[in-house]
Amino acid sequence: MSGRGLLVFVLRRLVVLALLLIVISFVTFSLLYISPGNLIDILLGARPHTAATVRALTREYHLNKPFLVQYWLWARQAVQLRFGTSIQTSLSVTGEIGARLPLTMFLGIYSFVLTMVFGIGFGVISALRRGGIVDRGLVGAAMLGLSTPAFVAGVALLYVFAIKVRWFPAYGVGTGFLNEFWHLTLPAVALAVTTVAYVSRHTRAAMIGTLDQDYVVFARARGLSSRRVLFTYLLRNALIPVITISGVILSSLIVGVVLVEVAFSLPGLGSLLVTAATTKDIPVLQGVVLLFAVVIVVANLLADVIYMVVDPRIRVGERAT
Amino acid sequence: MTSADPVLLLGEQRLRAGARARRRVVSPVIWLAFAVMAGVLLMALFGALLAPQSPSAQHLAIVDAPPSGAHWLGTDALGRDVLSRVIAGARTAFFGPLVIAAASFVLGNLLGLLAGYRGGLADAVIMRWVDFMWSLPSLVILVVVAGTVGSSYWLAVAVLIVLTVPFDTRVIRGATLEQVPRPYVEAAKTLGVPRWKIMLFHIWPNVSPVAVANTCLVFAGSLVTLAGLEFLGLGLPPGIPDWGLMLSQNEALLFTNPLATIAPGAMIVLTAIAMNLIGDWLYELLTSRGAGR
Repeated sequence: MSGRGLLVFVLRRLVVLALLLIVISFVTFSLLYISPGNLIDILLGARPHTAATVRALTREYHLNKPFLVQYWLWARQAVQLRFGTSIQTSLSVTGEIGARLPLTMFLGIYSFVLTMVFGIGFGVISALRRGGIVDRGLVGAAMLGLSTPAFVAGVALLYVFAIKVRWFPAYGVGTGFLNEFWHLTLPAVALAVTTVAYVSRHTRAAMIGTLDQDYVVFARARGLSSRRVLFTYLLRNALIPVITISGVILSSLIVGVVLVEVAFSLPGLGSLLVTAATTKDIPVLQGVVLLFAVVIVVANLLADVIYMVVDPRIRVGERAT
Repeated sequence: MTSADPVLLLGEQRLRAGARARRRVVSPVIWLAFAVMAGVLLMALFGALLAPQSPSAQHLAIVDAPPSGAHWLGTDALGRDVLSRVIAGARTAFFGPLVIAAASFVLGNLLGLLAGYRGGLADAVIMRWVDFMWSLPSLVILVVVAGTVGSSYWLAVAVLIVLTVPFDTRVIRGATLEQVPRPYVEAAKTLGVPRWKIMLFHIWPNVSPVAVANTCLVFAGSLVTLAGLEFLGLGLPPGIPDWGLMLSQNEALLFTNPLATIAPGAMIVLTAIAMNLIGDWLYELLTSRGAGR
């Protein structure tokens, strides 16, 4: 595919992305209005209801202006990464998110690496040993992994590896890279259980499909080394389906992060979201939701671009189904 | 098979006969999965009668006790019998996902048939919407809904129906697209059968196996998502016995009575895996039968 075609594709997707973000931000802003009860009461939280506080809130949230004007003013601030202050802590939402973002990113990237390495690894081994005892074991394990939600896996790992054999700490985040790595290993594994199972199932199916292809049989017949057949013929083709499921992997990781952070009492974005939901802290809720939405939308665009770069058979404008 | 080689043909026939025989023998794992689901159904229907004690009775003298003769799985932090709560917890774990699976089955089949058979604008609109919903993390949506509107079990069920319908729609649309070019559809069209009749009475019976198998997977998925919401404390009030809720309430008891946490967790995994296995098994059974015709 020509470089220009790719550019047009990316530009077109960027327009769609911008429209999507506008819709998402509108829905996110409306959360304040969907919430039942008096707006002022919601925004006040536990603070005293006096004429001065009401006036301050009305000014801060432009409550005396029309709805669409309020949205516009809110969106303009949101673009500058300002989402107001938390009702519960009176700290700025951006500050709260910023303080918790590194932990969640560390956890997410750690799990993502685990997912790719073990998901693809197990899938490939399974396909090459198709029908054997290793394959059957891995297929069974994948079934178990798919049916185990992150919080159950988290509590089980906590019990076995932090309480029974004490290899890993039961709580805390640690300081310094290595210490943090050690503290976050159990949460990251719990988070990766479902995604590893999902990726390995897809990799296995794609590998089995590729193994039966004529060009693989011919490559073998030519006497190419099995390593060369595996890496240049099999893996490249088998990995394409894995890119197509990246959206599902990401949303599964985001769901998992929320559950795992609560299960391990980690101060990350997921636990921030749950605390905000429990205490009806709408500004925090809006900030976290918008961040997650942007990550999902941008990641899906990236996946589409990677997909097109990796697989030259896909033409611009054609939708992959 | 186009091969005329008699030896190869014989081999092929043997292979097919073998596959048929294998298909007829239901593996013990599937029997086990059905047994688990039957058990969960009984617990969901007659939980209060099956439970050895009242799931909500508090025995404050024996708080947080390890398993004993009177309490097989011990007691929780309020001295409630864990076994009874696990049995009673089947209710919320079973009926919510059942409603979701049933509603999503009906709506997803209708939309999928419509998108696959009508094509054109209906297909484009439905599939755009499905693609958008597809990448949404459902649990996060449930958390946000609970945070703004308030936490309620049946509200969560309703939201999950909306989030699950696209999953069914996509599968049914794919299966419908495979049926549309077949001669029987063409024949029905030629005879002047109304479109809705072709969709419901001609095409649907042929895609229904996929729909049924898919519904099992939807059930397992919604069970896991709902349990996650209960675990976060955003679904049910704290007094109700529920597996996800028990897991979060009893997590602090891991040191003293780990079974209070492990038992509900194991029930979630066991039920989900049983349903996933049944779904996979049905899918293979029904689709390979369909292909043989």
